[in-house]
Amino acid sequence: MDRILENYFNLAVMAQALPTVFDGFLVTVQVALSVIAIGIGAGLALALLRCAENPVLNGVISLYVEVFRTLPQLVILIFIFFGLPYMGIRFSPFLAVAVGLGAVLSAFAAETFWAAINALPKGQWEASAALGMSRMKCLFYIILPQAIRLATPLITNRAIAITKGTALGVAVSLQETLGSAQSVMAILANPSPLTLAAGFYLLFFIPLVIASRIIENRMAKTTG
Amino acid sequence: MELFLQNFANIDSLVKIWPLLVQGLSLTLLLSLVSLPLGLLAGLTVAVTYSFGNTFSRRLIIVMIDLLRSFPALVLLILIYYSLPFFGISLPGFAAVVLALVINNTGYYGEIFRAGIESVPRSQHEAAAALGFGRGRAMVYLILPQAVRRVVAPLASNSLELVKMTSLASLVALPELLRSARVAQEQTYNPTPLTAAAVIFFVMLWPFSRWVSQMEKKALKERA
Repeated sequence: MDRILENYFNLAVMAQALPTVFDGFLVTVQVALSVIAIGIGAGLALALLRCAENPVLNGVISLYVEVFRTLPQLVILIFIFFGLPYMGIRFSPFLAVAVGLGAVLSAFAAETFWAAINALPKGQWEASAALGMSRMKCLFYIILPQAIRLATPLITNRAIAITKGTALGVAVSLQETLGSAQSVMAILANPSPLTLAAGFYLLFFIPLVIASRIIENRMAKTTG
Repeated sequence: MELFLQNFANIDSLVKIWPLLVQGLSLTLLLSLVSLPLGLLAGLTVAVTYSFGNTFSRRLIIVMIDLLRSFPALVLLILIYYSLPFFGISLPGFAAVVLALVINNTGYYGEIFRAGIESVPRSQHEAAAALGFGRGRAMVYLILPQAVRRVVAPLASNSLELVKMTSLASLVALPELLRSARVAQEQTYNPTPLTAAAVIFFVMLWPFSRWVSQMEKKALKERA
């Protein structure tokens, strides 16, 4: 028991590690917010572009979606950070993670928004046409608000799962929560900084997980 | 274009590193084959315990599931792999990865199975009791088969994520597919191994990823 306290909850070590790990946590929050902004924004844009029904454009978007939905996140990050420099494209660790995970989230979001748009009954489009609305107007005022509601629980869950991937930033030497905890752990020869890092992750993600539970319950109720 | 091919699809270096990649692939498959059934079993156990529990143990299980879901898998893996040696326990890389993946997915699978069991109407339990089924037998023969059918889509989606997560093993020096590709890349000063690993992952996972997305689309349509 003493050894557990000494190794995992060593307050002296934690106090020493706190400033570094907290700086790392701020980086985690920034990357996470960037991933969500890039992912949802680009995902919605791609889904809307698919509504234009241009075959070439649709082909390109489908390929993008399939690739980023299928490949493991870590493979994508490693490829961006260690592969692309051979082509003269260099990303900072922060950008590599934000762009890489943002692309993954955008692929899932594009797919889900597009599926939600298609899941709505055809009668919605026909009714809007009968009321004299243009297709564009119908898409933005009638279809999209419903599609976004329908897609929200799925996309929230995805966004949380992918945001947790920011810890993968360690692999591209991003000094986020986990990375900074690991370096302090190495210096102080005590794993308590990891416990501290774990605490920060819980602090950030528990509210999100609970929020997603509430959203799911509410959706389940409204759709019976 | 020539420079691009030489860098990213260099046949010579591909031939040289091919055996390394095949070895990596087999370890990736082995990791998946061991972690997947264990994770499913652990999740199912949690969900069944929940449905037999009283109010207190139910709350406790929900809290546990949410804690597990709030924790990035990599943080868990690093905690297991780098901090247990401070206690004189050193888990081999393979065991550490399996343990981290199983613990992490217990939360996800637990929540999925739980939602499935909860979605089976109360009357099914009552009908089973009226027919003289014990609670255990009713669960196995009547409730679970219906519950699982309702959550096939999220189960498949999570299983795909689990297989993708095996690439985390590369961060604890376990030579699975991604790690082998990184090693090969450092030997050949050429990113072709990374491209090859990405292509292998894509070819292997794409059919599942398509299947999952078909099922998710169907589920969305039913809710719309």
